[in-house]
Amino acid sequence: MTLLSRHAENLFWIGRYVERAETNARLLEVGQRNALIPTIGGGYRNEWIPILKASGTKDAFMDKYGDIRQRNVESHIFFDTDNASSVASCFFRARENGRIVRTSLTSQTWDALNTAHQEMLALKRTERSAFEESDLIDWTLRHAALIRGAIEDTQLRIDSYDMLNIGLYLERADSTARLLDVKYFVLLPQVDLVGSGLDNYQWRTVLRALSAHRAFNWAYGGEVTPGKIADFLILNSKAPRSLITCAEEVCNHLDRLARAYGRTTEAQTQARRIVARMTEITVDDIFDEGLHEFLTRFIDEIGALATLITSTYLSGETR
Amino acid sequence: MRLQVRHATTYRFDPPVRGVVQSIRAWPSTFEGQTVIEWSVEIDGAVRGSSFRDGAGDQTETFTLLGPVRETTVVVSGIVETIDLSGILSGHRERVSPLAYLRSTRQTRSDSALRELAAKATIAGAAPLEQAHALSNAVRDAIEYVPGETHAATTAAEALASGRGVCQDHAHVLIAAALTLGIPARYATGYLHAEGGIAEASHAWAELWVKDLGWVGFDPSNGVCPDERYIRISSGADAFDAAPIRGLTQGVGDEALDVDVQVVEAAQ
Amino acid sequence: MGQNQDYFNEMFESGAVRPPYRGLGDWAESMPAELRSLKQSEAEKLFRRIGITFAVYGEGGDPDRLIPFDMFPRVFSAEEWRKLERGIKQRAKALNAFLLDVYGRGEIVKAGLIPQHMVYQNEAYERAVAGFKPPRGVYSHIVGIDLVRTGPDEFFVLEDNCRTPSGVSYMLENREIMMRMFPQLFKENRIAPVEGYPALLKRTLASVAPQKCEGEPTVAILTPGHFNSAYYEHSFLADMMGVELVEGQDLFVEGDFVWMRTTEGPKRVDVIYRRIDDAFIDPLCFRPDSMLGVPGLMNAYRSGGVTIASAPGAGVADDKAIYTFVPEMVRFYLGEEPILKNVPTWQCAREEELKYVLDNLPDLVVKEVHGSGGYGMLVGPRSSKGQIEAFRSKIEETPENYIAQPTLSLSTCPTFVEEGVAPRHVDLRPYCLVGERIELVPGGLTRVALTDGSLVVNSSQGGGVKDTWVMAE
Repeated sequence: MTLLSRHAENLFWIGRYVERAETNARLLEVGQRNALIPTIGGGYRNEWIPILKASGTKDAFMDKYGDIRQRNVESHIFFDTDNASSVASCFFRARENGRIVRTSLTSQTWDALNTAHQEMLALKRTERSAFEESDLIDWTLRHAALIRGAIEDTQLRIDSYDMLNIGLYLERADSTARLLDVKYFVLLPQVDLVGSGLDNYQWRTVLRALSAHRAFNWAYGGEVTPGKIADFLILNSKAPRSLITCAEEVCNHLDRLARAYGRTTEAQTQARRIVARMTEITVDDIFDEGLHEFLTRFIDEIGALATLITSTYLSGETR
Repeated sequence: MRLQVRHATTYRFDPPVRGVVQSIRAWPSTFEGQTVIEWSVEIDGAVRGSSFRDGAGDQTETFTLLGPVRETTVVVSGIVETIDLSGILSGHRERVSPLAYLRSTRQTRSDSALRELAAKATIAGAAPLEQAHALSNAVRDAIEYVPGETHAATTAAEALASGRGVCQDHAHVLIAAALTLGIPARYATGYLHAEGGIAEASHAWAELWVKDLGWVGFDPSNGVCPDERYIRISSGADAFDAAPIRGLTQGVGDEALDVDVQVVEAAQ
Repeated sequence: MGQNQDYFNEMFESGAVRPPYRGLGDWAESMPAELRSLKQSEAEKLFRRIGITFAVYGEGGDPDRLIPFDMFPRVFSAEEWRKLERGIKQRAKALNAFLLDVYGRGEIVKAGLIPQHMVYQNEAYERAVAGFKPPRGVYSHIVGIDLVRTGPDEFFVLEDNCRTPSGVSYMLENREIMMRMFPQLFKENRIAPVEGYPALLKRTLASVAPQKCEGEPTVAILTPGHFNSAYYEHSFLADMMGVELVEGQDLFVEGDFVWMRTTEGPKRVDVIYRRIDDAFIDPLCFRPDSMLGVPGLMNAYRSGGVTIASAPGAGVADDKAIYTFVPEMVRFYLGEEPILKNVPTWQCAREEELKYVLDNLPDLVVKEVHGSGGYGMLVGPRSSKGQIEAFRSKIEETPENYIAQPTLSLSTCPTFVEEGVAPRHVDLRPYCLVGERIELVPGGLTRVALTDGSLVVNSSQGGGVKDTWVMAE
């Protein structure tokens, strides 16, 4: 069966949007946790700016609200359809893309996408005081999981399935890297704070936001150090959201495409290059380069891979 | 008369476009008035295909260029032997009913001035051919040939109101006037070997359906019916519909156009 | 129910249940009210779940609105259907013969049976395809014929749809949902299946592949896009037929052929079932500003590289003014007497008929010649004096734009309403397929006017749909 390039693009973006909705919910969780930590000077930390930066929508937020208050950030990241990466926007667009490629989706996958959108519409009509912020986060994670589950359980293992997954893992690679990078905005205004107790507390928040704190304890045990966390979230291929896992998955699905189409392209080469580099380095290499610098480079490489995948498979210019 | 044509149209795109598709019908019509000695339509690097003769008798072909395209030139060239048939398109094989040319388009829609022009040129009891000549003369008298006053999208009504125009406007006004009298009329394009006449080598005129004769060309710009100096190429309801080259680019960008046409008498 | 006494009730005749409806005799009566509302909401949920929604064209509003589904089936006996089927196929054949003729020699015009201006000056007549003969000479591959019934043996054709009649997905989904909700009914009654339609459609389209096609033809459905109100139907049909659903941007013309842009490179398309109007399918031939079409498509078509279904120009046969002449077409081309009758029609373009129409507006239905969807229409007996007078001035302004017909006594079919079951007016649109053969699945789309007394069944005007049963022999 043929896959139209435009449909491949829609599938790719379904994967990305669903993952992006989840990332935004996780960002909210990080922000919410951070806001509960007492600051040294008394009062509570207000660290929403890095969250907005990590979501890539700080300027848009400031233009619209002007005032950084938790409730505004929640509206912005969760409900606001003016914000193209809000949870509501992501579920809406995922469903819209799904409607376009309805014929490539199983009814279970469509149902999951449609339900997330319809429930979101119902949530938006509900009085805000009727639910907690954590309900919203759980709600988002649950629906993202339902959609992924439907894809995993019911979609035929053909190119359309690979396109969904390539989108999903590229987005996850990008968002894990950005979520990690938030750490820097939060914690490195003063270099001497690195390694302090507060630092570790916030690292744990990141783990928790990635639903990974228990997995981390299982894998490493003992004291939480930045080195272990970086290893876990970047280089450990057992961790489902680590950068290397994401890169390997993208690579794997690209290889499946190459086999199905009987043609290897520059996209596969670039993906393998990223995986190979990640396999060779250690956490020390990363800290030597500087975590922020490493993450920035990784984000650029993943972006370049996405561009390559687009021109190879999604643009319709393939010959 | 043996006429030699070279017509180059160059399109420039800035920034370059993703691709270009053109539907071209730039081959001489097949009828008793003209015999093709040699003729070619070329675009460097284009994929050609979908060639056919349409219901109106025009040879048509699709040309496709893959991007990025910065510049493309359509070169139409060849030699045609012509004879004077006083504008009569005899022996032209076409399958469209002349009645299908009674519908007006945006550019040939009539208004009261056009209806009045047609009414004034109506001769009671005149033979159809005489009537057609009268109309064509009335159009020639109503619109002075002045280049630069009108543009590609000018309508017949606008041209008549301004009283000035070029061959396209003459043809549109004649078509519009004929339609108001229930005479099927259409737009024809081609080349003109002009010596002292109105010097538009790439030319256009109107054709009116004349009972018992069939389609007959009238060129109000020169006040004649097409003779051996004319090469007929394509036809349609108006200038847009008859255009020998219709193209579409994929991508955005500014488009610039250069046209170079030469029509000379060929050595025998 | 008083006023409905004047109308033919398809289920009850002089107090007795008519034979085709026997299996439904006490089905509705014996259904407890709670079960009924449960089933109704279950049906609605199913429709919403599969995503079958309908947006009223150009009206904005909720694009996810459902067409109301009425669970009470509309039933035809095998014998009734046999006659209908013959009549529908006959008409579809004649309409195609007419199209082949008017884009060819125009014999029917030369014979003086249809005024020439009605054909050649018709907005839908495409000069661009004059003289071109499509594969197998077929122009309208899917003919939707709108029928109404006024008595046990009285059927009238309201209009023909030769371009891209929509609604067939409802025919299929309505049946699917009825079978899911009331399996018992299908066990007790022998109902002819309609589920073969997508396969038949695919076979029909494949049978008109162009000369240049080698091997198994690739069929694709061309949609204006997911914002179109009928997008669900386009995607449903593509899915059921196992063909690609493409937009103009997915296709390009190169060389002699049309190609799809796929992840593996270009793939040739041989037959395009387009759900886009003529004016938009090729900016190099028709409207230059169309973003929906494929540049060069008409050249590929006319040089035999691809088949477009329905053929560009097919619309000249389903014009409401041409409609009047369809019985003539049947006689002229087939040498047969028309099996299905036309509704008597007055052409406002003709002076003496215009006068009759203007004198009798309160009793007539007046329609725009080019209108569709129940818009621009006057139902005299159901209109106020003001509405009638307003319409009168519209007709006087451009009489050639209007035709008028008597108000028909449309048959009724039992329908679930607030208070229980009551008769409501219905029509029928069967979908006839024309390719190598002429085929018709036993069924169609029954539309029902849900408002008591209303004769307007259009979904854009508050109409609903029903499952349509044809009893197996």
